[in-house]
Amino acid sequence: MVNKNARATNPLLGQDHWNIQLDKNGRLKHFLTIEGLGSDILNEILDTAENFTSVNKRVVKKVPLLRGKTITNLFFEASTRTRTTFELAAKRLSADVLNINISTSAATKGESLLDTLYNLQAMQTDMFVIRHQDSGAAHFAARHVAPYISVLNAGDGRHAHPTQAMLDMLTIRQKKGHDFSALRVAIVGDILHSRVARSQIHALNTLNTGEIRVVAPRTLLPADIEKLGVKVHYSLQQGIQDADVVIMLRLQKERMQGAMLPSELEYYQQYGLSRETLKYAKPDAIVMHPGPINRGVEIESSVADGPQSVILDQVSNGIAVRMAVMSMTLGTSAQQTGEDK
Amino acid sequence: MSLSNALIIKQGRVIDPANELDAVKDIYIKNGHIIAIDDHISADKAGDAQQIDASGLIVIPGVIDLCARMREPGLEHKATIKSETIAASKAGITTLCCPPDTDPVIDESAVVDLINQRVKDAAHSHIVCLGALTSGLKGEHLSEMAALKNAGCVGVSNASMPITNTLVLRRALEYASSHDLTVFLQPNDPHLSDHGCAHDGAVATRLGLPGIPSAAESTIIARDLELIAEIGARVHFGRLSSARSIRLIEQAQQQGLQVTADVAVHQLFLTEMDLSSYNSHCHVLPPLRELRDRDTLRQAIADGFIQAICSDHQPHEEDAKLHPFPATEPGISGLETLLPLTLKLVTEGVLSWSQAIASLTSAPARILGIDKGHLSTGAVADLAIIDPDKDWTLETANINSLAKNTPFLGWNFEHQVKHTIISGRLIK
Amino acid sequence: MTKIISPDTLIQQLSDKLSATLSQKNISNPVMVGIHTGGVWVAERLHKNLGLEEPLGTLNISFYRDDFSRIGVHPQVTPSTLPTEVDGRHIILVDDVLQTGRTIRAAMNELFDYGRPASITLVCLVERGGHELPIRADIVGQQLSLQDDEQIKLTGPVPLALEIKQVNVQ
Repeated sequence: MVNKNARATNPLLGQDHWNIQLDKNGRLKHFLTIEGLGSDILNEILDTAENFTSVNKRVVKKVPLLRGKTITNLFFEASTRTRTTFELAAKRLSADVLNINISTSAATKGESLLDTLYNLQAMQTDMFVIRHQDSGAAHFAARHVAPYISVLNAGDGRHAHPTQAMLDMLTIRQKKGHDFSALRVAIVGDILHSRVARSQIHALNTLNTGEIRVVAPRTLLPADIEKLGVKVHYSLQQGIQDADVVIMLRLQKERMQGAMLPSELEYYQQYGLSRETLKYAKPDAIVMHPGPINRGVEIESSVADGPQSVILDQVSNGIAVRMAVMSMTLGTSAQQTGEDK
Repeated sequence: MSLSNALIIKQGRVIDPANELDAVKDIYIKNGHIIAIDDHISADKAGDAQQIDASGLIVIPGVIDLCARMREPGLEHKATIKSETIAASKAGITTLCCPPDTDPVIDESAVVDLINQRVKDAAHSHIVCLGALTSGLKGEHLSEMAALKNAGCVGVSNASMPITNTLVLRRALEYASSHDLTVFLQPNDPHLSDHGCAHDGAVATRLGLPGIPSAAESTIIARDLELIAEIGARVHFGRLSSARSIRLIEQAQQQGLQVTADVAVHQLFLTEMDLSSYNSHCHVLPPLRELRDRDTLRQAIADGFIQAICSDHQPHEEDAKLHPFPATEPGISGLETLLPLTLKLVTEGVLSWSQAIASLTSAPARILGIDKGHLSTGAVADLAIIDPDKDWTLETANINSLAKNTPFLGWNFEHQVKHTIISGRLIK
Repeated sequence: MTKIISPDTLIQQLSDKLSATLSQKNISNPVMVGIHTGGVWVAERLHKNLGLEEPLGTLNISFYRDDFSRIGVHPQVTPSTLPTEVDGRHIILVDDVLQTGRTIRAAMNELFDYGRPASITLVCLVERGGHELPIRADIVGQQLSLQDDEQIKLTGPVPLALEIKQVNVQ
């Protein structure tokens, strides 16, 4: 199950980094990062998610797949939106859901992540959905939980947000077709701090995307980003020139401190996506944003709400992708034999 | 334990770089000192001395570790003077140099007295201390350096705490040189480091770890060297990590500045790639950098621009590393791998035996200004005897330090310390 | 060895029986739903033979299987599609082979998540032994009594064929 279709082969990482995600049959056990997963698994996630989108359009938006399973949402960073979609995904699969926001509980009392995990594990949880401010937190959890528990990364530091990347891939596939090799995708904004961008880059590479660009001033680009298999542009106009997909990233207001950027105004003038600048992309380009949007900071309202925007598709795909990953990871102990007729 | 207070080490290959010696010799030790070194020392001269057959073994001056934290006083749950000196003594290390960032900080003579008392009661090896360069290591006020020197400190240092105020640093260097004290600096610009935990390069980008650029080290070295050139102070730069730093040190030495440097031994073997599975045992400061940095550091030892290799021993309790990578405490429990790793560089053809031993003995002694690190007649008998052909594997069970935080578990080594002799006493 | 009748013949017989049943029950405008994949093939033909007005629905019951913990979930390229409301409608549920009854249970669970049908009539091409649930087909093409180590499988979509294979019983 090696990353046979990934263009950016990965001499930088040991096998352990991603192998921990797969069980001995090469099936998804944890979902921690896109990196190291082959296009076969990514497509399996997308196909399964596509199937779940039909469930989400029904009267009763619920299937009994994970009945009796307990899924614990463990959020060390406040995030109503992401947590809600994970919660909804779990509930639509009939799992029991436990929501724990640590920013307001144990961590402030000095309990370590490990102690928190062990305590919740003792309550017979089957899956942890973890969001944490430290990169590597999900890997850490996966390495330390009991072997029957699956870990889903809902965002760790600047490292990865794999379900967000997969819902973006699903949205792109729905709008632009299955052949990513024909696509030119531009990711614009704060790449340095963005776990979303990193996961998108890995996913796009693994799905054999024709060209991936990142667009930002150098203060918002991490070192050696080209080594992830992207082209770097400092100008928005050049960066989105003839792009099929334009992904805008959220700009945290804190970036105005620490001399990252001179001002919101200057950022918007240089990197904000407006109707005018969008003309540089292909006429049928789609505009994406992982949300929440800062209108007038990284994107003009008329673009965010305009005909090329697929931002709301992303949101509804988010539930289906999370349902897919939850059912795939919790089904890995299963054998491929004995289907009852 | 020997009944007599005399030892004779028979027919070992004695490598003593300070005396440019590399030959098979007998060494006669009595009352804590080396009495004689000769091709053959006859039995009647040695009297009732305990004999150690060192044929096929290598005899070197005891290792002097330029930077090792005992965690005492202040963090005794991590390690103690007793536990770590026992570990050192079994690893061929006979003298440890402790930086001043204990709790309380070694910034007044009373703390030195306290540590000396603990050393006297509990230590199994020699310990020397560096005094604080600034009060509380805060980088604001000069410490009482003269008093610290009188209390026994061999140099002054701000440990790993930065001095961001260049004027304070200038005055600290001037004051230290007035009292003939070497200043030990670990260069780091805290603004550029910015709470980072990994080298600012491709691996940190991939793993999403906040980066520390090489320039966080080299810009400070460049600044400090300008002051040193003007003032003429004697400065030792410790724990260097980047190739660009080495170029600056090299130029300064060629200009005749009194500048020396050391490197932590793990920097000669590990790189940023070792972080790839978020291995918190590889969380060190300064961070593990790129392969070309590692190779430059190795070459700089061979070329003599880096004089010494140290352990940068930082023992931690298990919990300190049981967090997501950025939340773990940096540092490696390194006493027991200092000598075996350094000798691996001989096996790999990076260093000669003489260079490797010098970097652990005569060079650190010279940097500290102490009369150790050589096997001259009359010297204090600190020695290590090494089996150069003994395969072994580092496992938790054979780590004597209280702390087992090392990324080298499972590594194979071919040199093993067989005996350590400290002040004439056979420890192992 | 039991003689297998060709599926096309069976489907013709099923069509006749189904027509008779519908008129007997006084059902005029039923909704036909096939279960992936073999049931859909059969249903497509029945739907055409009966000339039903409502478009054919399909069910993919993989999210409703009770053996999830043993076999996991498979990505299915064809999700369930029910083109009409099922509330208050008469449903004709079509599958290829009825054995344990678990697939039908899963299918009925899924149908009820779409709404409350007025009735469900179960049509199966083949009913073989091995019931594990109190579920029987209303209309059956052929009753077969197979050994435990025999598996019957419908292949298709064109042409349809039934074949019996020896399998290893675990």
